[in-house]
Amino acid sequence: MSVKVISVLENILQANDQIAAENRARLDAAGVYAINLMSAPGAGKTALIEQTLRALTPQVRIGMINGDTTAASMDAERGAQAGAMAVHINTGGNCHLEAHMVRQALSALDLSTLDLLIVENVGNLVCPAGWDLGTHARVMIASVTEGDDKPYKYPSMYRAADVLILNKIDLLPYLQFNLDYYLRGVRLLKPEIQVFQVSCRTGEGISAWIDWLRECVSSKRLT
Amino acid sequence: MHELPITQHLLEIVLRHAEQAGAARVTDIYLVIGQLSSYVDESIQFYWDTLCRGTVAEGAQLHFEHIQAEVECQACGMHSAWGEIGQGCPNCGSLRVKVIAGEEFYVRAIRVQTADEVEGSEA
Repeated sequence: MSVKVISVLENILQANDQIAAENRARLDAAGVYAINLMSAPGAGKTALIEQTLRALTPQVRIGMINGDTTAASMDAERGAQAGAMAVHINTGGNCHLEAHMVRQALSALDLSTLDLLIVENVGNLVCPAGWDLGTHARVMIASVTEGDDKPYKYPSMYRAADVLILNKIDLLPYLQFNLDYYLRGVRLLKPEIQVFQVSCRTGEGISAWIDWLRECVSSKRLT
Repeated sequence: MHELPITQHLLEIVLRHAEQAGAARVTDIYLVIGQLSSYVDESIQFYWDTLCRGTVAEGAQLHFEHIQAEVECQACGMHSAWGEIGQGCPNCGSLRVKVIAGEEFYVRAIRVQTADEVEGSEA
């Protein structure tokens, strides 16, 4: 009996990447800049979103897609209260958002009324890294309370990020957190990463992030 | 648990290539997984054992090929393993390194039996 070996050489995430590319094209056509916010639970995703909405609305029209493992839409409600058009995705226990979920959520939003779309991923430091959603930038939020060894322990997340927001820097005096060691790990993984050190509680450093984001949004706007 | 959707995608890829080849049965699947891709063999195997049931790939053996993460120093050109660069390039100390291997995650090949060959083997 003879058997045949078939060369496949196919990336396992290819199907997701194709849908992500379609999502991105749709956002481009509508002139909407989109970011994928990723972090461990409790790093401050929702707090950063609140700060961002406060700073940018109403000049920038913002939509939100909020991924959660349960039907509870508390985060989406916090976003809606702060003035964003929000869509909630229940991932049904899935630990990350995938491009097809975002495609569905995009259909529930009127993109022509938006300038910026914030996709809040499920709180998780591993799984969201591999899944492109079709956004223009992947923004990772880390907090100093997580410890300075995280780039070395969760390389895939730092590799995937275009922007790193290091939150809760107001707590640095109370922690054994070696900022040089942490940032060295980040740079080794992703030399071109954009880093913002902030405190969502005190507002320190937030304006640099807002300026960067505002610039990205206006570059994407249809003229 | 992100291996569940991953394994579903894996099954789709395998079945598509098996159908194109007119395969009656898939016996082996060769996967390539980089060190930085954070997928666990045992989890993929666990989901695979359930998902493959009732398909032509039922019972197919998964083979995992692991690629170690490797970086190239952008200052001196030295190649090092990921585990060696905690303090920068071991040769020149530069922090400007580029990951050149370790993010792979793909199906290299599948081994199949075609319908004729399966019948032939039984005759």
